[in-house]
Amino acid sequence: MTQPAGPGKAAVIARAGLQQLLDALGAAGYEVLGPAVRDGAIVYDRIAKVDELPAGWTDRQDAGRYRLERRGDQALFGFVVGPQSWKRFLHPPVETLWSTRQEGERMEVTAPQPDATRYAFVGVRACEIRAIAIQDQVFCGGPFPDVGYAARRHNAFIVAVNCGEAGGTCFCVSMGSGPQATAGFDLALTELLDDAGHRFLVEAGSAAGTAMLQGIDRRAATDADLAAARAAVARAAGQMGRTMDTDGIRELLQRNAEHPRWDQVAERCLSCGNCTMVCPTCFCTTVEDHSDLAGTSAERVRKWDSCFTLEHSYLHGGSVRQSTRSRYRQWITHKLSSWFDQFGSSGCVGCGRCITWCPVGIDITEEAAALRTAAAAPNRGQDGTP
Amino acid sequence: METAEAAAAAPGQIADMARIAAAAAAADPFLPRVYRVRQARRELGDTVTLELQPESGAAPAFAPGQFNMLYRHGVGETAISISGASEDGAGFLHTVRKVGAVSAALAGLEPGAAVGVRGPFGSGWPLAAAEGADVVVVAGGLGLAPLRPAIRHLLARRERYGRVAILFGARHPRELLFRQELERWRARLDVDVMVTVDHADASWHGSVGVVTPLIRRAAFDPHETHALVCGPEVMMRFAAGALCDAGVPQSRIHLSMERNMKCAIGLCGHCQFGPAFVCKDGPVMRYDRIAGLLAVREI
Ligand SMILES: Cc1cc2nc3c(=O)[nH]c(=O)nc-3n(C[C@H](O)[C@H](O)[C@H](O)COP(=O)(O)OP(=O)(O)OC[C@H]3O[C@@H](n4cnc5c(N)ncnc54)[C@H](O)[C@@H]3O)c2cc1C
Ligand code: SF4
Ligand code: SF4
Ligand code: FES
Repeated sequence: MTQPAGPGKAAVIARAGLQQLLDALGAAGYEVLGPAVRDGAIVYDRIAKVDELPAGWTDRQDAGRYRLERRGDQALFGFVVGPQSWKRFLHPPVETLWSTRQEGERMEVTAPQPDATRYAFVGVRACEIRAIAIQDQVFCGGPFPDVGYAARRHNAFIVAVNCGEAGGTCFCVSMGSGPQATAGFDLALTELLDDAGHRFLVEAGSAAGTAMLQGIDRRAATDADLAAARAAVARAAGQMGRTMDTDGIRELLQRNAEHPRWDQVAERCLSCGNCTMVCPTCFCTTVEDHSDLAGTSAERVRKWDSCFTLEHSYLHGGSVRQSTRSRYRQWITHKLSSWFDQFGSSGCVGCGRCITWCPVGIDITEEAAALRTAAAAPNRGQDGTP
Repeated sequence: METAEAAAAAPGQIADMARIAAAAAAADPFLPRVYRVRQARRELGDTVTLELQPESGAAPAFAPGQFNMLYRHGVGETAISISGASEDGAGFLHTVRKVGAVSAALAGLEPGAAVGVRGPFGSGWPLAAAEGADVVVVAGGLGLAPLRPAIRHLLARRERYGRVAILFGARHPRELLFRQELERWRARLDVDVMVTVDHADASWHGSVGVVTPLIRRAAFDPHETHALVCGPEVMMRFAAGALCDAGVPQSRIHLSMERNMKCAIGLCGHCQFGPAFVCKDGPVMRYDRIAGLLAVREI
């Protein structure tokens, strides 16, 4: 864990400085995205003005519950994460892979236009930075990098926001991914709201970040500012709504493919796939082929998919994972265990979205814990002891 | 935040995103290349072998056991094993069984038809590692298709291998794939070919029953044997079990796995089989690495 930057490295900007940053990002050609209130939730959308940020709002989250509430102050980032993640921009829900034209037996394949979008993400939480690093491994760490993802990711500018409060379903501390962003950003903000006023500690994490700060009204951070920022992050770390014991978790799941808990969770799980849609690391996609009426032009379109659908594991003659039990097992085993084998890290960052947005409130931390505590149950039966 | 230590490994930062982005854009692995059907040969009622040749340039090299993604305009794309190189080496053979929209469109193609091809992808049979040892090939039904290039390889370099046995099971005498080639292999004195069918008819004078019991009848030195197995998953499970019982080490038994595939390049998530992606860690996989998974239902 790196220490917060010492004096001289960190600066302090006011709300007006934040506006200057948004302006500078826009002027540099970025499509600036940040949190905004839409239909009762905080989502990521285009923003041009600081006024469009969710000032004075917070989110109350619990298993299967999400509600926006007024805060007692005018904090701009006084909430955690909503139903969307930055994945929808770097790995969009629908993307054309290529198109073909065929007349008679003359076929032509056309690659999509290179994606030149330059996104600036403002308000990226530490867990989300980790999630982006995880998807970097998925899409760019192997022998066949994804063209669109690599281009968008390479062009992206990331403004992190360290969390000063944790949400009811957060457990980033357990997953080692937050609440402070330590790398993987261009700029990192910590919102400070105390007797010294409403201000933001800003630290640069890249040359691009340092350059972007030029021309923005700022002052050097004092020891008091740095202490306040440390205290804010420590407060969030102490408020985690959930915890997960990750000790030996990879092996725990490997060992328990036949655990009785799978039947228990299957009784509640609707197999709706919400958890996979909101998860910032889930990457599964399917493809669809669309053609025009004449059949001359066709497009191959990639769409988000979920391992909770029957089609996901379809083979001629029937799906491999017919039961909800086996699909929930696939999901949580992939997140917490096989992800290590595949990509060298956990597939879960502890953002809590799957807990909040599960219509029946199934909680990944609770399920992981249940696998642990009840793991001995079948053996007890075999021993003949009650 | 000392607790952070508990959650093992953070993902490594990818340092060189610029280079990766440029390389990906220069060679988009999703883009098919246009090939043409040079010949279409009906093998069985619902099964056709297509000879595919690139519209321009040479076809890439492949290892026996690998597969391509074949695309038919407007219909879709699907994983099909390479069932051989064309005679002049200029293209691929693919043996397609009609089971749904894409496979039916492919199986219905006539010479001259355009097909999109991506590949070859995946792992191949351990033919180099098997040199000097006995080789037992166990195939069920269409499973003979991805094994055919391996068999052709073995027979073309026959002196490099010990005993070679080919055990093949089909449902019915009508469903014996590559019948003429099978007869040619059978006519050779240096390879032990055994064929069985589940349901015989009056014309059938050979074995009846599943392929697994043939393993006991084949001659090979279990400690010096590599086994190559492809067929329906249940058949492979039983065959692997029988090979183990015969004394073949698990690490020398190779199975060709099948899972739903949408991308073939490790990006769509569909082909997961426990921790493995069948498209890149397979389709040919070592039994010792997957025996545990094969025993779990619905994995
Ligand atoms: C590595 C590999 C090698 C294969 N080699 C051959 C071969 O040599 N010859 C051959 O005829 N078939 C082969 N198959 C199976 C072939 O891919 C399926 O039969 C084909 O995908 C069915 O597609 P469809 O649209 O015709 O049928 P549908 O049943 O309509 O399939 C719909 C979709 O489900 C998926 N799907 C269905 N069945 C399978 C399956 N068995 N395996 C993978 N995905 C499936 C595909 O994504 C397909 O697009 C292979 C599969 C794999 C994974
Ligand atoms: S599994 Fe749940 S808590 Fe973990 S990263 Fe995905 S949505 Fe967040
Ligand atoms: S958990 Fe399921 S949807 Fe998410 S990446 Fe894994 S297989 Fe795909
Ligand atoms: S087929 Fe897409 S990940 Fe293997």
